Amino acid sequence: MTSAIELVNVSKVYRRYSGRHFATLKSALLKRSLLRDLRPNEAFVALKDVTFSVARGSTLGVIGRNGSGKSTALKLVAGITKPSAGTVKVTGRISALIELGAGFHPEISGRENVFINGIMLGLSKREVEERFDDIVNFAELREFIDAPVKTYSSGMYMRLGFAVAIHVDPEVLLVDEVLAVGDESFTHKCLDKFSELHRRGKTVLIVTHSLGLVERLCDDAVWLDAGEKQMQGDPKRVVGAYLTAVEETEKQQMAAATSKALQSATPIPPSGDMFRATEGRWGSREIEITRVELIGSNGQPSFVFHSGDSVAIRLEVRAAQPASDFVFGVSVFNADGVCCFGTNTDIENMASERIDGSAQATFAIDRLDLVEGTYKLDVAVHRRDGAPYDYHRQLYTFRVKSRTHDVGIFRPVHRWSFSPNVRFKIG
Amino acid sequence: MFANLGTLLRYRGLIQSLVSRELKARYRGSVLGFVWSFVNPLLLLSIYSFVFNTIMPNTNDPRTRPYAVFMFCGLLPWTWFSASLTEATSSLISGGNLIKKVLFPAEVLPIVSVLANMVHFALGLLILAAFMIAFQHYPNPWSLPWFPVVVLVQLIFTLGLALALSALTVHFRDIRDLLANVLTLWFFATPIIYPYFLPTVERYLTLFRLNPFYHLAVSYQEILFFERFGHARSLLLLAVFSIGVFLAGYWLFDRLRDSFAEAV
Repeated sequence: MTSAIELVNVSKVYRRYSGRHFATLKSALLKRSLLRDLRPNEAFVALKDVTFSVARGSTLGVIGRNGSGKSTALKLVAGITKPSAGTVKVTGRISALIELGAGFHPEISGRENVFINGIMLGLSKREVEERFDDIVNFAELREFIDAPVKTYSSGMYMRLGFAVAIHVDPEVLLVDEVLAVGDESFTHKCLDKFSELHRRGKTVLIVTHSLGLVERLCDDAVWLDAGEKQMQGDPKRVVGAYLTAVEETEKQQMAAATSKALQSATPIPPSGDMFRATEGRWGSREIEITRVELIGSNGQPSFVFHSGDSVAIRLEVRAAQPASDFVFGVSVFNADGVCCFGTNTDIENMASERIDGSAQATFAIDRLDLVEGTYKLDVAVHRRDGAPYDYHRQLYTFRVKSRTHDVGIFRPVHRWSFSPNVRFKIG
Repeated sequence: MFANLGTLLRYRGLIQSLVSRELKARYRGSVLGFVWSFVNPLLLLSIYSFVFNTIMPNTNDPRTRPYAVFMFCGLLPWTWFSASLTEATSSLISGGNLIKKVLFPAEVLPIVSVLANMVHFALGLLILAAFMIAFQHYPNPWSLPWFPVVVLVQLIFTLGLALALSALTVHFRDIRDLLANVLTLWFFATPIIYPYFLPTVERYLTLFRLNPFYHLAVSYQEILFFERFGHARSLLLLAVFSIGVFLAGYWLFDRLRDSFAEAV
């Protein structure tokens, strides 16, 4: 199988010119450093030794977090920028859906812009004429085609740009995160168009954050991270590996956020509504919470859990003096500050008897049935009358992930059932 | 570099449609349309005519009469030249979207600026013709075949400068401001509002001859206004020089090309 796009050991270094030397021509001439200043003095490596190829007629998805070099890779394939090292080879006419309608001039009509844009993308005037009706119909802009483009809404603008670019009839189509250009029906039309191109043996390279799209449309996927290729292969596998890595970073971010919150926790209890107060820590510290950990199903502390996993909140406490009046409490808040759940040992009718020295308290949740999102945790030890020993207000952050994007707060264990005359496709 | 120059021919269609877009877009929505391009030269023309005909009639050499026609012969090509450079200088920056987001031959942008202004120049010739008819002062028909030659030389010269300036402006934005001032000086240093044969001009002739636009202005005036075209040799020399300027400008542009997408 021949490849339509081939990147071999491609690196791209963006030069950063230090503004200090380079601000004006005058200073460059005065210091006789014109030529020297045209050379870079700082470098940012956007792509590092990346090699991949796209077989003719296949669809490749490129995924990766922000700043991983996805768009740079696309620009290199499009020929907009040149690689600093390595070779990029593309066979066939390219059309790049990178910036839709980039060449549109606001003052002139949609009709004229279609012609000029088409010519810019490499069509001849006659070819644009032949495709003009298809373009306008695809963009659903028949009534407005003779109005100046400046009167278009942003959606109309993008649709027209998309329509022109896709009708260039490219052998190689480059797509950068552009499917968000219209309503549901337009998006479907775009996806249909991609499938059609695929059927007709065109090569498509998609850069996107929409992982579902990659799994659905692509034959192959590449995961870039910090300019380096991490993985290439079956889209499902690559997406899975990518998601695992994202979780790992999120864990680190949560850990950092938690330790920062602990350090900067305000000692004074905020007045007013308990359930509206922001993060902080207060109390007499006669009993002190020394450590809080969230333990995942594997027994390891974590900050990221999947909906439905088991989680244990483990408190390590130390009582300076033996005490008999104490209550342990926990509550969970979502990102909007809504209390999802809260309880304590007093509410649950557990009469305290004695605590002495270092101790542990574990609050185990068998199923964490929360929807996807970021949550904050309150933990506290206080007297039965509410006077706090140590109150940790929203100092702990954790994240719940879910592959199903259901809404609300709580995700009960559930099951659908239907009478036999209702059927769904399997898979 | 020459391979790139060759591809320029492929972009004929693109350049053509961009020039017409430029012209259409500029006058869309204005009542007087393309007349606006001539308001400035006409205004200059009337001011200078007033100064030299009415305020200081003695400084007005009798050979330059009718003065309005004389001055218009030099002013039109100058307007083309200066407007082209001014627009070309910012063309890459204002067209940044195209360079960054679309696979687009960047040199097309300054070239379009020069060509769009050339169309204005051509339209201005109609106004010049109207002046000639009104003042009953006609060019020597034997000199007229030289006219396309001057225009071509000016075109090549302007293109070379436009390419170089547009490419440099991407890195040094102050060229735009510098250029505006240089153009003002250049205008007065060129025999446009005064004839080239004044004794005071001839005293500094060596300096004047170093000014490329001097040769263009003299050629235009001799072809369109005076009896005899005697500047052919200098014009042909300038043609050679202009080709050099063009190649140098294009070379510079080509060298800096890869930096555009990142620096714009």
